[in-house]
Amino acid sequence: MLFVLGAACVALIPLTGAVFYMQLLSKIMILAIFAMSLDLLVGAGLVSLGHAAFFGVAGYVIVLLSPKYQAASLWLTLPAAMIISAALALLIGTLVLRTSGIYFIMVTLAFGQMLYYLFHDTKLGGGSDGIYLYVKPELKLAGSRLLDLEKPLHFYYFVFGIMLAVYFLLRRVFASPFGRALAGLSVNERRMLSLGFPALNYKLGAFVLSGALAGLAGYLSACQFGFVSPEILSWHYSATVLMLLIFGGIGRLYGAIVGAFAYVLLQEILANQAVFGAMAKHWQLGMGAVIVLVVMFLPSGLTSLLDRFGRVRLAQQSDD
Amino acid sequence: MTDLGLKATGLKKVFGGLTAVDNVSLEVKRGVLHALIGPNGAGKSTLINLLSGDLVPTSGSIYLDQREIVGCSPDQRSRLGLGRIYQQTSIFPSFTALENCRLAAQSRQPHALNPFRRAQAYPSVMREAERALNIVGLLERARAVAGTLSHGEQRQLDIAMSLATRPKVLLLDEPLAGMGAEESVSMVALLRNLTSEHAVLLVEHDMDAVFALSGVLTVMVNGCTLATGTPDQIRASPEVQRAYLGSGRHG
Amino acid sequence: MEFFVQLLNGIQYGLLLFLLASGLTLIFGIMGVLNLAHGSFYMIGAYLAFWLARGTGSMWIAIPLELAIVCVLGFILEAVFFSRLYHRNHLHQVLFSFGLILVFEDLRSILFGDDVHGVPVPELLSRSIPLTSNLSYPVYRLFISGTCLVVAAGMYVVIQKTKIGMAIRAGSTNREMVESLGINIRTIYRWVFAFGVTLAAFAGMIAAPVSSVYPGMGGQILIVCFVVVVIGGIGSIKGAMVAALLIGIVDTVGQVLVPEFSGVAIYLLMAALLLWRPQGLFRVA
Repeated sequence: MLFVLGAACVALIPLTGAVFYMQLLSKIMILAIFAMSLDLLVGAGLVSLGHAAFFGVAGYVIVLLSPKYQAASLWLTLPAAMIISAALALLIGTLVLRTSGIYFIMVTLAFGQMLYYLFHDTKLGGGSDGIYLYVKPELKLAGSRLLDLEKPLHFYYFVFGIMLAVYFLLRRVFASPFGRALAGLSVNERRMLSLGFPALNYKLGAFVLSGALAGLAGYLSACQFGFVSPEILSWHYSATVLMLLIFGGIGRLYGAIVGAFAYVLLQEILANQAVFGAMAKHWQLGMGAVIVLVVMFLPSGLTSLLDRFGRVRLAQQSDD
Repeated sequence: MTDLGLKATGLKKVFGGLTAVDNVSLEVKRGVLHALIGPNGAGKSTLINLLSGDLVPTSGSIYLDQREIVGCSPDQRSRLGLGRIYQQTSIFPSFTALENCRLAAQSRQPHALNPFRRAQAYPSVMREAERALNIVGLLERARAVAGTLSHGEQRQLDIAMSLATRPKVLLLDEPLAGMGAEESVSMVALLRNLTSEHAVLLVEHDMDAVFALSGVLTVMVNGCTLATGTPDQIRASPEVQRAYLGSGRHG
Repeated sequence: MEFFVQLLNGIQYGLLLFLLASGLTLIFGIMGVLNLAHGSFYMIGAYLAFWLARGTGSMWIAIPLELAIVCVLGFILEAVFFSRLYHRNHLHQVLFSFGLILVFEDLRSILFGDDVHGVPVPELLSRSIPLTSNLSYPVYRLFISGTCLVVAAGMYVVIQKTKIGMAIRAGSTNREMVESLGINIRTIYRWVFAFGVTLAAFAGMIAAPVSSVYPGMGGQILIVCFVVVVIGGIGSIKGAMVAALLIGIVDTVGQVLVPEFSGVAIYLLMAALLLWRPQGLFRVA
C-alpha cells in the first residue's frame, strides 16, 4: 500500500514544475535501478565489489556510440549497451564464480579495478578526464520523435517507467523457479548441489542478468549527466551502492528503492552548507559514521522497521 | 532393473600424510539396508563424502547402477540418482516444509531455469513435493515454516527433500543424531520403509537401530574395513567386539 | 644495470606489499574478517610519519610513537567493533570497513588537507650507493627492504616456533586446540588484529619518504594488497611473500617496459591464476 502511495507521489511530482526536484528524483531512480540489480546478486549470496564496472561500461558505450553533435537512436544504443554489459558479465562471471566467499569479494573488486584502469590509463575513453555526451539519445518511430531525453519531463517519466518495469520484472524473477533456486543457493549451496542443482549455472545467470540491469542504469546515468569518467567504474562506487542497499534492506526489492532515496537525501543534507557550514565539504565523514551505525545496529535496513508492522518479506515467499 | 544401486571398489583417500580411507569396498543394494559403523575418526564421513562427490578419491572406483561416477560432481551424481543427507540438518529454515520439498523436486524439472513463471505454478512439481512429505509423514506440517519444526521433524524434512529428487540410492549420515526416544521410533520406521524402494547406506551410532534395521553391516576402523557381514555375523565376530562393540557399548 | 635497479625497486615494493598483505591475510585467516580499511592504516601510518617527523624532527622518535598509537587504535577498534562482526556475514564486514574508510579519509582531509606532502628521509640513511659511473642506489630503499625482511623473519620465527604461532597456523578452524593451549581466544584475536593493522601502518611509515603522502594512497595499495592475498592464498603467510614479490616485480618492471598496460598487468596475472588455481598458490586448511 505504502508502495502505491509512494509511486503515486513520484508520478505526480513533475506537476510542481520544479526542474531541480525532477532531476534529483531521476538521479535517485537511476540509482535505485542499479541497486535493484545488485539486490538480485546479493540475494543469491554473491557480494560483488566490482559491479560498477558494468554500470560504467554501459555509460561509456552510449557516449562512444553517440555521434558528436547528433542524437543517437535509443532503439539501437540502449540494447547495445545492455548486451555489452551482459557479455562482459558473462566473461567476468565465468572467471570470478570459480571462487566464493571472501575470494569472490576480492576478485570482483580487482576485476572492477582492472576495467577502471583500462579506461583511466588508455585513450579508449578520454583517459582520466572522461568524455562528454553532447546530445542525448532520442526515441524515434516512423520518423517522428517520441521521446526527447533532453527534456527533463520526458527523461523523468522514461526513467520512472523503466524503474517500475525493472521492479516488476525482478519480482517475477524472484518468484520464479530460477529465483527460488537462487534463494536456496544463498542459504546452503552444498545442499543445493546435493539435490542436483548445477550451482554455477544459476549463479552465472544471476550475474549476467544483474550485469545487464546495471548496464541499463549506467546508460541512463550517462544520459542524465552527459558525462562519463573512470570514476563511475570504481570499487568505491560499487561499495556505495551496496551501502545504500543495506540502508534500505536486502532481499526486498523495494528496499533498494528506499535505500536509494535515503542515501541521496542523506547526502544532500550532509553536504548542505546552510546546515553544516564548512564541514559540508566533508560529508563523507558523516556518511561513513552512518554506515557504521547501520551495520552495527540496523543491519536489516529501514524496511525491516516496516516488518514490525507485519509485512511479508519478498525473499521469504512461501506457497500461497 | 538391477537391484545393485551403488558399488565402491578399492576406495582410498589420502590427506597430506594421513590415509583417511584405505582400500574400502562395499555394495549397497535395493531392499537391503547397509549400515556403516565404527568409532569416531574411523573414516566414515570421509567415505560418505567420497561416495557423494564432495571429495575426490586418491584412487578407487565408484559405480552407480554400473556407471563409473568418480569424475562426476555432487550435482551430477544427484541427477544420476544419488541422494544424500548431511550430518548437520540442511534444510532451508525460512521456507515452509512444502517449499523445501518443492525446491528439491524442481531440480528434476526441465523448466527449472525459467525466470518468468511463478515457481508454485507447476503442478507436477508440487505433487512430487507432497508425495515426498507424505512418505516421511510430514504432510500435515506442509505449511509450517521449516525453522519452527522440531529437531526430529527437521531431520525428516531433510530426508523428504532428498526423496523429492526420486533417488535410487540414499546416503544417510546419522539421521538419528540428537533425537529423543519417540522421534527415533518414527525415524526407524521411516528408514525401514525406505529400504524396500531404495538402496540405503546408513551411517549411525545408535546400535539398537542399526541392528534392528540393517541387512548388511560394514565396520570401519582407522580407515579400513574391519569386517562386513550380517548383523549376527558382526555381533559374533571377536575382532569387532574387541575393536568396537565391546560389552555394554550398545546405543 | 638499469634493469637491475628496477629489479631492486620491484623487490622493495614487493616486500612492502608483503607487510601489508601478511597483516590482511592473518586477520582474515584467523578471525575470518575482511577489513577493507586495511589500506587506510597504511595511509594513517604514512601521515603519522609526516606529522610526527615534522613535530619531533626525527624519524627515529616518531616510529615507536606511531606504532604505539596505531596499536592502541587497533585494539580499540577490535574491542568495540570488529569483535562483534566475527560471526556476521561478509557483506556486513565489507560495508562496516567501507564506512571506516570514508571516516578515515575525511578525517585525513580535515587534519592534513588534500595536498601531496613529502616526507624527509632520515639523515643517517640519505646517502646513495654508487653502482656505475652515473647510477647510484638510495640507501633508504635498501633500508626499507632490509626492515621488511627482518619483520618477515621475526614473523617466521614466531609462527613456526612458538605456541602462539601454532595457534595461528591452525587457523580459525581450530578454536578448541587453541583454547587447550591455555591461551584466551579473545586476547589472541585482539592482538592479532592490532598487530595486523600496525604492520600496515608500519609499512606506510617507512614507505612515506619514498612515496610521499597523498589522498587516495590507502585505496590504491589496498587493491594491490587484495590481489596479493588472492594469488598467495588466504591465510598463508608464505603465499603472501611469494605473491607479494611476484606482484612487486611484475608491476615495477612492467611500468618501465610497458607503461600503458602496467596498471592492468597484475589483474591479468590474477585472472590467469584464477583459471588455474582458484584457491591461490598456497592454501591453508
